[in-house]
Amino acid sequence: MENQAIYSISLIVNQKPYSIKVLPEHTLLDVLRDQLDITGPKECCGVGECGACTILMNGKAVNACLILAVEADGSNLVTIEGLGGKDNLSPLQQAFVDAGAVQCGFCTPGMIMAAQYLINTNPNPTEEDVRLGLEGNLCRCTGYSRIIQAVLSVAQNKEHNVP
Amino acid sequence: MTMIGKSVKRVGIEEKVSGAVKFAADMKFANALHVKFVRLDVGHARIKAIDTSAAYMLEGVHFILTAADFPIPMPRYGPFLIDQPIIATGETKFFGDPVAAVVAETENIAEQAAKLVKVDYEELPGVYSLEQALAPDAPLVQDPSIRVNPSLANTNILDEWIFGWGNPDNCPAELELEDSFNFPMTTHFAIEPHVFIAEPEHDGVVITSTVQHPFLLQRVVSDALKMPISKIRVIVPELGGGFGGKGYPKFEPLMAFLAMKLQRTVRLKLTLEETFLVGRRNSSTVRVRAGFQKDGKLAYMKVYADFLIGAYANASPRVVAKGALAGCGIFNPKNVHIHSRAILSHTVPGTAFRGFGAPQFMWALDSIMDMAARKLNIDRLEIRLKNIPQKGEVFIHGEKVCDGDWAEGITKAAKAIDWGKPLPQNCGRGLGIGVKTPAPATVSQAMVRLFSDGSLTLLVGTTEMGQGARTVLSQLAADAMQIPMEHISIINGDTGIVPFDSVTASSRSTVFVGNAVQLACQDLKEKLRKITAECFDTDASDVRFENGKVIIPGKVLTYTDVLVAHYGYGSGEVIGMGTYKEARNPDHPLGGGVSFYEVIFAGAEVEVDKETGFVHVRKLVTVGDIGKAINPLLVESQDEGGAIQGLGHSIMEHLIMDERGRILNLGALDYRIPTTQDIPDILKSMLVENMDGSGPSGAKGTGESGIIPIGSAIGLAVADATGVFFHDLPLTPESVWQGLNIH
Repeated sequence: MENQAIYSISLIVNQKPYSIKVLPEHTLLDVLRDQLDITGPKECCGVGECGACTILMNGKAVNACLILAVEADGSNLVTIEGLGGKDNLSPLQQAFVDAGAVQCGFCTPGMIMAAQYLINTNPNPTEEDVRLGLEGNLCRCTGYSRIIQAVLSVAQNKEHNVP
Repeated sequence: MTMIGKSVKRVGIEEKVSGAVKFAADMKFANALHVKFVRLDVGHARIKAIDTSAAYMLEGVHFILTAADFPIPMPRYGPFLIDQPIIATGETKFFGDPVAAVVAETENIAEQAAKLVKVDYEELPGVYSLEQALAPDAPLVQDPSIRVNPSLANTNILDEWIFGWGNPDNCPAELELEDSFNFPMTTHFAIEPHVFIAEPEHDGVVITSTVQHPFLLQRVVSDALKMPISKIRVIVPELGGGFGGKGYPKFEPLMAFLAMKLQRTVRLKLTLEETFLVGRRNSSTVRVRAGFQKDGKLAYMKVYADFLIGAYANASPRVVAKGALAGCGIFNPKNVHIHSRAILSHTVPGTAFRGFGAPQFMWALDSIMDMAARKLNIDRLEIRLKNIPQKGEVFIHGEKVCDGDWAEGITKAAKAIDWGKPLPQNCGRGLGIGVKTPAPATVSQAMVRLFSDGSLTLLVGTTEMGQGARTVLSQLAADAMQIPMEHISIINGDTGIVPFDSVTASSRSTVFVGNAVQLACQDLKEKLRKITAECFDTDASDVRFENGKVIIPGKVLTYTDVLVAHYGYGSGEVIGMGTYKEARNPDHPLGGGVSFYEVIFAGAEVEVDKETGFVHVRKLVTVGDIGKAINPLLVESQDEGGAIQGLGHSIMEHLIMDERGRILNLGALDYRIPTTQDIPDILKSMLVENMDGSGPSGAKGTGESGIIPIGSAIGLAVADATGVFFHDLPLTPESVWQGLNIH
C-alpha cells in the first residue's frame, strides 16, 4: 500500500488503558477485535443496522462499526467483557440466562450492551420503552420476547450498577 | 431422577452472555492470507477474458485464482448433484457468482486488488422468474451435458416429482376451487456471516467453517479435490445461527484448493451482503385445485408446485421433493395428485431454509381451505377438523400413519386466539398448519466416555447453532447414566474427533442423535455390567443400574468403584458407542420413508390499517405437536424464534431483483428482518406432549416448525380482517393497499 498516515490513539477499554497505532480507515470495531482481541462486539452488517457491535462509549451506546478509531481517541469504552465475566455475571447478563433470552448468542453481546444503556438512562422502562430501546439490535433466533422479558426483570429488580 | 422434560439452562450460556464464546470470526489464525472475490454486476454473462496484471502489481497480493488454475473439465461439487464449478468457468450464471478469488496479506489489500481485476465479459440474456425459465425459447441455465435426467436436459426443469393416490381426475365434488399462491425468495440472515478457513496440515487440510453439516462437507470436498476423507478435517465452532443457510458446502472446496496449492492458511469472511449471494429460500408458485363436499370434506386435491431454484441444484431437489411428499399438508383427501418441479434460473442457488419446501405448500393449502370455508359457510377451524386424520390413520399413502393428536393441537391454537369471539373493526384471525418430514435414511453415531471419577464426555457430530443440541443431548446422557449435568461434557464440531452424523438439519438431532446417545449409554452399561460381574464375582444378569449407582446383590457401587476395580486407581475409561440408522429404501423417491411428522399449528390475530395497508400482528401463537419436550424452555423459545422468522416472510421480507437478475436489496439497510418493533403484542408458544414420536421418550423434532404455518396464519388473518384473499407473500403495506384498492 502507498504511504499512509498512522495515528496514535489512547483508549480506556473496560477500565484498562491502551495506547495503540491505527490507520485512518480503521473503525473502532476493527481495533477492538483485531488489535486488542476484544471479540465480544461482533460484526454482522458493518453499516450500523444490526447492533451486534454495540458498546458503551463515554456512557453512550454506539455501533462500534460506525466510529473511526481516530474519532474515539481518549474515549472510555465498555464492551460486554467489561460488564461481567462468565463467573461473575452482571444482573442483566444473569437475567438473559434466567429468561432463556439467548439462542445462538451472536447478537447477545450487542443486545445486552444496548439494554444496559437503556437501563442506565431509564431505570424503570415500560415494555414499550424496551422495544424502542432495542429496535436497533437484530436477533434472528429468539423472536425477542424473552429478551424483552429479561430486560424488564432487571429493571424491576432495580439492581443494575454499571461499571 | 429424570432429566427428561427439565428446562435446564443452555450449556455454555454464561460464555454467550459474557462475550467469551469464540465464533469462527473471533478465532485467530497465525499468518493467514485473506481471500476476496471478484464478481460481476450482472445476472448472466459470458466471461471473455480476465486480466489480473494490475491487481498483481499491488504489494501484498499473493495469488489470484481463476478457472484457468483448474484442470479441464473444471472440478464440480454439490451435496446431491455434482454441478457447481469450484469457480465460475466460461460464464457467470447468477448475480454474485465469483469469477476470481484474490489472495492477499490483509483483507483490505485483497479487497483493493479485487477491484483491479479486469473482467471482459458479454452480458447474456438470463431467466430470473418461473415464467422466463419455462418459456419455450428460454436460454438453458445448465449445459445439457452435465444434466442427469436426459428427458429434461433440454429444458430448465431440473427435476420433477409426482405423488398421488385414488382417482383425482374423476372425482365428483360439490364445490371446486382453483387458485395459485406465491411465496417469496428470502434470505436466511443469520446474524453471523459465513467464515471459511483452510489450513494445510501434513498431507491434508483442516477446514474451519461455519457449516451445519461437517461430515457432508468432508465428503463433498473429498469428491471435488480427489482427496481421501481422512485427509480432510472439518472443524465447526458454535454457529451464530444457521437456519439452513449454512447447511451445504459453499466456498470450502475453493478454500481447500487454495490452502493446498499455496501451502498457506487462507481465510475468507463474507460480508452480510455476500451471504445473500450464497443461498436463499426457493420462491414458488403453488397452484391448488380442490374439490369439496357441501359439508366441507375434501373430495380431491391436485397440487402443482413450481419452485424457482437457482443456477445450481444445491439442496433444492430435496427441498422440492420433500415439500411435495407432504404436498397436501396433513389434510387427508382420498384422491390426490401432486406434481412438483424444480426450475433452474440464473439466480443465487436456492438451498435449505428452515421449513425446507413446507411453508410454500402450506400457504397455498391453508388459503384454499379458508376460501372453501367462506364459500360453504363453514367455520374455518371446523373445515380443518373435518379434513385432518386421527392418530393411526393413513393420510400420505404409503407413508407412516398419523402419529399425533392433531385435532387437539389445532383446537388449542384456535382457543389461544379466542376463536369465535367478536373482534374490533379491521381485525381478523387466521389459522395455519405446518407439517414437515425429516431427512430420511440418515445415520447418527454417538460416543460416551466414562472416566474413573464417574464423569462423562459425550461426543457427537451435531453442530450447535443456537438450537440447543449440546444441552438436550447432554440431558439425554445425564438421564441415561444418572450423572449430574455438571459432570458431563459434550464435544462436537470436529470430524477429526467425533463420530459421524449425517446432517444438523431437518429438525432431526433430538430424535436421531438423541437415539444414538441413548444407544451409546446402553452400550456403556453393557460394558460396565460385564466388568462389574468379572470384578465383583457376580452374575452379569444380577447387575442393575439405579440412580447413577451400580447395584449387585448385597452391594451398591459407584461408577468409580467399578472402574478402579477393573483398571486400578485413576486409570482407564469405559467407552460406549451408539449408532442410530434409519432404514434405506432405494425404491422410495426420497430414499427412505418418514420416521415422524413435525407438525405445528399457528393462530394469528391482526389489525389492518386500510389507509396504509399496514398489518399489525396483535397475537401470534403456536402449538407444536412435540411428542415430548426434552427441554421445554428450548422448545418453546425456538418455536417463538421460528414464528418471528415466519412473520418476516409474511409481512416484510423478500429479495427483489431487477430485469438483469441483480438483487436490489442486498444487506441490512434494504432487506428488513423483524425487529423488536415488528413483533406481536402477544407471542406465545405452546406444546402438545403425548409421547408419540420416534425419539427419546417419544420426542419428535421441532427446530423448523415455528416458521412453517405463519404465512398461512397471518395471511389468512389479513383476509379475515379485510375480506380479501391475497395470493402473494409478503403482505407489505404496499401490496395490501393495492389488494384493497386496485381490483
